[in-house]
Amino acid sequence: MQRITFFQGESVIHRIDPRARVVVAAVYAVLVAMAVRLDVLGVALGVAAATVAAARLPWRDVLGRLIPLNVFMLLLLVTLPLTSGGEPLFSVGPVGVSRQGLRLAATIAIKGNAIVLALVALLATVEVTALGHALSHLRVPDKLTWLLLFSVRYIDVIHREYRRMAAAMKVRGFRPRANLHTYRTYGHLVGMLLVRSFDRADRVLAAMKCRGFQGRFYVLDHFHFSRRDAAFTLTAGVVLLLMAVAEWTPWA
Amino acid sequence: MGVDQPQITLADVSFSFAPDRPVLRRCCLELRPGQRVGVTGANGSGKSTLLHLIVGLLMPDEGTIEAFGKPRNREADFREVRRRAGLLFQDSEDQLFCPTVAEDVAFGPLNLGRTRGQVHEVVARSLDTLGLAGYEDRVTYQLSGGEKRLVALATVLAMEPDVLLLDEPTAGLDEAVQQRLADLLVGLPQAMLIASHDRAFLQQIATRTEHLRDGHL
Repeated sequence: MQRITFFQGESVIHRIDPRARVVVAAVYAVLVAMAVRLDVLGVALGVAAATVAAARLPWRDVLGRLIPLNVFMLLLLVTLPLTSGGEPLFSVGPVGVSRQGLRLAATIAIKGNAIVLALVALLATVEVTALGHALSHLRVPDKLTWLLLFSVRYIDVIHREYRRMAAAMKVRGFRPRANLHTYRTYGHLVGMLLVRSFDRADRVLAAMKCRGFQGRFYVLDHFHFSRRDAAFTLTAGVVLLLMAVAEWTPWA
Repeated sequence: MGVDQPQITLADVSFSFAPDRPVLRRCCLELRPGQRVGVTGANGSGKSTLLHLIVGLLMPDEGTIEAFGKPRNREADFREVRRRAGLLFQDSEDQLFCPTVAEDVAFGPLNLGRTRGQVHEVVARSLDTLGLAGYEDRVTYQLSGGEKRLVALATVLAMEPDVLLLDEPTAGLDEAVQQRLADLLVGLPQAMLIASHDRAFLQQIATRTEHLRDGHL
């Protein structure tokens, strides 16, 4: 199974309190999603790229993350200018390419890439456990945090279970084809996986009860909000504020 | 409670998952301080069921369970039993659910309301007892099978139990790890109930062995 490794790096960004990073990333994402001015979005994209650079992530892997997003964006870039109507910029045969459509497509593409870059720089650099704890410190409902943490813990176990069953099918001569037998077999496989996961959840809960679990999780280590974290939050706050001002004041 | 009074007593305990298929029939068992009692029996003979009954994960159809000097009938009664009788599960994967070893070992003591200082201390002590010092920040799902079993045992010891209930402790372990586990268990002060069909292992550590067949001990 592919492992996410961005959090293993060493950089200024990695050392910032995960809570600060979660909050900044959330505010940034909302702001960028709402903005419409191309110049503001350009700056936002620049800021995100600079953060990625500061996190010293390998560019090749970061760009790899952007590929699926941009395949989807390509679809918008092709269809929106042709379907939005409005003032035609130029025409390809009988079809007019609309200025508004092109602008809309560009806006969406920049937004998408900026947000993903910022999330990669700020959140993918948090180890997932720390992210869970950060969320619980930020008063995200416990159930959501547990869902995240338990998924991380058991996805590998369930994946191994799947591989064992798939191997057992293979040694008995199963080869997937486009027929009813194949679909039924996959149905059994998924069904068994669900049943086993359900049983495991029961056993995990039993084990937790044996260790005094009464519906509350306690965090072993607390985060320390240092001066550096405060500096980061302040700087990010100013940048975000400036972006908001530029976006929403009429005279800017 | 006198020094030599039984810590756990089962009197005529019967249990079944379905009415026509009884698992345990009028079982009687006593565990006294210092004893290491082995329970043998075929697959599906009810060894795990017996251990789960003692900590109240299952409730008996008939008979009484007495633990640490008091009869235990309801869920609330068993909360104390679960702290004082540590159950090691057959599959350590079920028992280790926190991301790191330290967090997992700390889970029980934190639930018991210990302070952070006490928790760190008991985590260090439990790991140390089992020769796992330095494992604190290891990621639980990346441990080997043997390491997982020992860490699971550490999570049980961190509750500072008076009695250990071990469910197939040697299942899936190689001989070297089995030997290490046997040596560690013999060195622990707690009374133990060990469900296993590994006769060689039981011969090495058990002071007495009971056989479970057709639901009878």
